[in-house]
Amino acid sequence: MASLAARRAKDTTVKVISTAFAVLAIFLLGWILWTLLSRGLPALGLNVFTEVTKPPGQQGGLLNAIVGSLIQIGIAMVIGGPIGIFCGTFLAENGKGTKIGAAARFVNDILLSAPSILVGLFIYTLLVVPFGGFSGWAGSLALAILVIPVIVRTTEDMLNLVPVGLREAAFALGAPQWKVVMFITWRAARAGIVTGILLAIARAAGETAPLLFTSLGNNALSTDLSKPMASLPIAIYQFAGSPFDDWVSLAWAGALLITVGVLVLNVASRLFLARSH
Amino acid sequence: MTSAVDPTFNISSSVSARPDALAAPAKIKVENLQFYYGSNHALRNINFHVPEKRVTAMIGPSGCGKSTLLRVFNRMYDLYPGQRAEGAVLYDGVNIVGKELDSTIVRTRIGMVFQKPTPFPMTIYDNIAFGVKLHEKLTKAQMDERVEWCLRKAAIWDETKDRLHTSALGMSGGQQQRLCIARTIAVRPEVILLDEPTSALDPISTSKIEDLIDELKQDFTIVIVTHNMQQAARCADITAFFYLGELIEVAPSDVIFTNPKEIKTRDYITGRFG
Repeated sequence: MASLAARRAKDTTVKVISTAFAVLAIFLLGWILWTLLSRGLPALGLNVFTEVTKPPGQQGGLLNAIVGSLIQIGIAMVIGGPIGIFCGTFLAENGKGTKIGAAARFVNDILLSAPSILVGLFIYTLLVVPFGGFSGWAGSLALAILVIPVIVRTTEDMLNLVPVGLREAAFALGAPQWKVVMFITWRAARAGIVTGILLAIARAAGETAPLLFTSLGNNALSTDLSKPMASLPIAIYQFAGSPFDDWVSLAWAGALLITVGVLVLNVASRLFLARSH
Repeated sequence: MTSAVDPTFNISSSVSARPDALAAPAKIKVENLQFYYGSNHALRNINFHVPEKRVTAMIGPSGCGKSTLLRVFNRMYDLYPGQRAEGAVLYDGVNIVGKELDSTIVRTRIGMVFQKPTPFPMTIYDNIAFGVKLHEKLTKAQMDERVEWCLRKAAIWDETKDRLHTSALGMSGGQQQRLCIARTIAVRPEVILLDEPTSALDPISTSKIEDLIDELKQDFTIVIVTHNMQQAARCADITAFFYLGELIEVAPSDVIFTNPKEIKTRDYITGRFG
């Protein structure tokens, strides 16, 4: 049996090591944020929001990319949100112990961890090649496929947290299942479901790979979903690798915008969850 | 009592003097009931009658089948594949165990209150309106009247009348349980099933609920599952003792707690096992 001193020494060693790695992780994150802020903030003028991309040397902005991102994420959520919520609801309410439930859960888990570039390629072969071109629709659909598994998983998890007794109490009043789900379990789990949706938006906002082969990017302002459409991640990808200083700084401004957006969504989802508990 | 509020109440048996509990007409007749959880035979050949507008207590050690039988009465087991009942449970002569009868109809007539208070995450008013809206279309005024009526019946009106539109989750456990009873009464069932309704409550809330049960039996047939034998003795007109999935003895409560016929019953109520 180890002596007390030896135990204390072990305890201290493990504490020091774990604290050191925690500090390292926070340091790295802080470094990234600092770089982002120091390069992005100076580039973040009004022009970023009001001007479209211009040739190097003329002051341009990211209006086309911001609008494109908002449209594609919006459509992705309109398509993926209901599918994800209903699928998650099925898994939690009806799919327990059934073959179709097990299969859906398994496929969803795979989708959840699938590389996003595969989703881009899938939509490329499904939509872009047959319909003869890159389009906002294709980009939106690729993002929809990415958000669905996130929403399915969070919806199922949150519904599983609703006590069985609450469901039984609603059934005991003579409620049919669809009313129990709509008025009792969804309501009891709504904060968690909304959080899942916010996190899904955050995920979609930062994805580049699925948009490369689908909406491609567009240097002009376009709201035509059948044409190529710009997006922030693609703009960052193009501009950051360019040899022009003003384009590079626009890329930093775009990166800062996405980060702030994702941060706001995460904080909002936490506040939302905290307030309901 | 309040049968003026509710003309549909069955008042045929509102006898003036209460005769022997067993002499009341049977509201529910259990005949040769078997119940299975998958391959586990949980209730064996149960036969007994629940008298109308009386309080029937079901007692017995954990796992004896008393809660299972309660959940058969309002078809709760339907929610879980693998659970099935055979035999007959006749409710006013209709077999409610048969698949031909829709379970939502059974549950409208036979309400249930659970062990843990289960307020819905909505206002006190909406907790009650939810069940009522499932079966009836009421005007706002009628709904207000119904809410007040059932909250008064559940002896919780004075505590809630000023906060009807606040969340039910902010109430104490005892208040929540009485709200759940009010919510069950609101859909105007004829039978109320109570599954250990006070086991999660403090003694004061418990005694309020017991008083309430006494009030409610004037209008409703009540079946209560309880682990608390004093509670059965205090509240129930008749008591049924279950052991290992079988009904051992059923008799008026004063008989079963003072002079039981079966040795197993005596051993249980004197605390030799359980």
